[in-house]
Amino acid sequence: MPYSKEQMAQRAAAEIPEGAIVNLGIGLPTLVADYLPAGHAWLHSENGLLGMGPFPYEGDEDPQLINAGKQTVTVLPGGSTFDSSQSFAMIRGGHVDLAFLGAMQVSAHGDLANWAVPGGKVMGVGGAMDLASGCRRVVAMMQHSTKDGEHKLVARCDYPLTAARVVARVITELGVFDPTPEGAFRVVELAPGVTREQVAAVTGAPLL
Amino acid sequence: MTASSTPAPSASGPSGPSGPPGLGRHRHKVVSSVTEALADLRDGMTIMVGGFGLTGNAEALIRGVVERGVRDLTLVSNNAGNLGKGLAQWLHAGIIRKVVCSYIGNNDDLHTRMASGEVKVEITPQGTLAERMRAAGAGIPAFFTPTGVGTVIAEGKEVREFDGRTYLMERALSADVALIRARKADQFGNLRFWRTARNFSPVMATEARLTIVGADELVDNGAIDPDDVHLPGIYVHRIVHVAEHENPFEYRTTRKRG
Repeated sequence: MPYSKEQMAQRAAAEIPEGAIVNLGIGLPTLVADYLPAGHAWLHSENGLLGMGPFPYEGDEDPQLINAGKQTVTVLPGGSTFDSSQSFAMIRGGHVDLAFLGAMQVSAHGDLANWAVPGGKVMGVGGAMDLASGCRRVVAMMQHSTKDGEHKLVARCDYPLTAARVVARVITELGVFDPTPEGAFRVVELAPGVTREQVAAVTGAPLL
Repeated sequence: MTASSTPAPSASGPSGPSGPPGLGRHRHKVVSSVTEALADLRDGMTIMVGGFGLTGNAEALIRGVVERGVRDLTLVSNNAGNLGKGLAQWLHAGIIRKVVCSYIGNNDDLHTRMASGEVKVEITPQGTLAERMRAAGAGIPAFFTPTGVGTVIAEGKEVREFDGRTYLMERALSADVALIRARKADQFGNLRFWRTARNFSPVMATEARLTIVGADELVDNGAIDPDDVHLPGIYVHRIVHVAEHENPFEYRTTRKRG
């Protein structure tokens, strides 16, 4: 049985060592926070917040305390707020240990495409390029194929790149896969009941 | 010659202090109205506006720019409004020629004007946008960053290798005016911000030739402890007290008690 979204988030949370500084991208990665034990890691939000807490209780929400997805959040004891320049110095200076990012395509060399669909509406890059290039380890979280059955784990991205050779690990509903310098995905683990052959059939690059 | 035989230099006039324009402009910064605060805005200016989406917008100053009637503006801001609010008012009024931002998202006010060609959009990675401002404010004309290497952002830019890694050159970005919001300002313009409303505002203030602050609260000099100042008043030129804000939510997310 492939992983549910919640199981993918739980699997992603297992990638986070105690005491790590972690940035969670918009979408699927946001769910990872639900599986982190209290006090395990510090969440960084690129709009200027370290020590981000869960959504506020009803009635406590502050429109001036938000995450990078512009959702109302809280700040934990020990947390801090700062300006964008400081926030991106943390990212670009390699002080943020781990980034979990949503992805449209990941290549077997670790190239990441997650900001634009060719011919689609231009949404902008936000902080994705900085996070992908600056964080010490980048983990992509994505569905293994598009809704139309096209490959998203590919030999070479044909969507506009966010950053080249940055993704260390990919978590999909079918398992966990590492891009390699040889241009193949190393199978780290498979979701329960999923076979290598099943994965190979929906992956656009060789498996190791 | 004794000191008493030399005429004392007057505070102004031909024998007074000389130098480039703008020296000594840190005297009276507090003005009594938004109209007065925006009096020096002109058509065609590049204006930076603080805020991450609608959070941290200087709401009264943003409205005031529309009322002032300047146009052909280049807007530099992380987003150009959302949900029809904030800087979307400038789009509705048709006073923007170009936007430099990192994210558009579902801002249909901008999407439609981009599609029609009315507004040009330059997408800049968010960290690069902040760093281009920081560089300008610190007198650095350009810098190298790995962000954007191997992507469309790198097109036409100088690429160079340092210690085995590839970087691209980004230029500093300055503006005629910065419009920012602070939680608290003293008379000299020392500022404090609130939570994530801070975002781009301090760094924008460092590089604009004229920084105008809408302050939620205005206090006397000395009321903010020097160690508690977020942005020193050297970067601030005009201050207007704005007590009322809408503070719109973009996505109001909560959890249940108990």
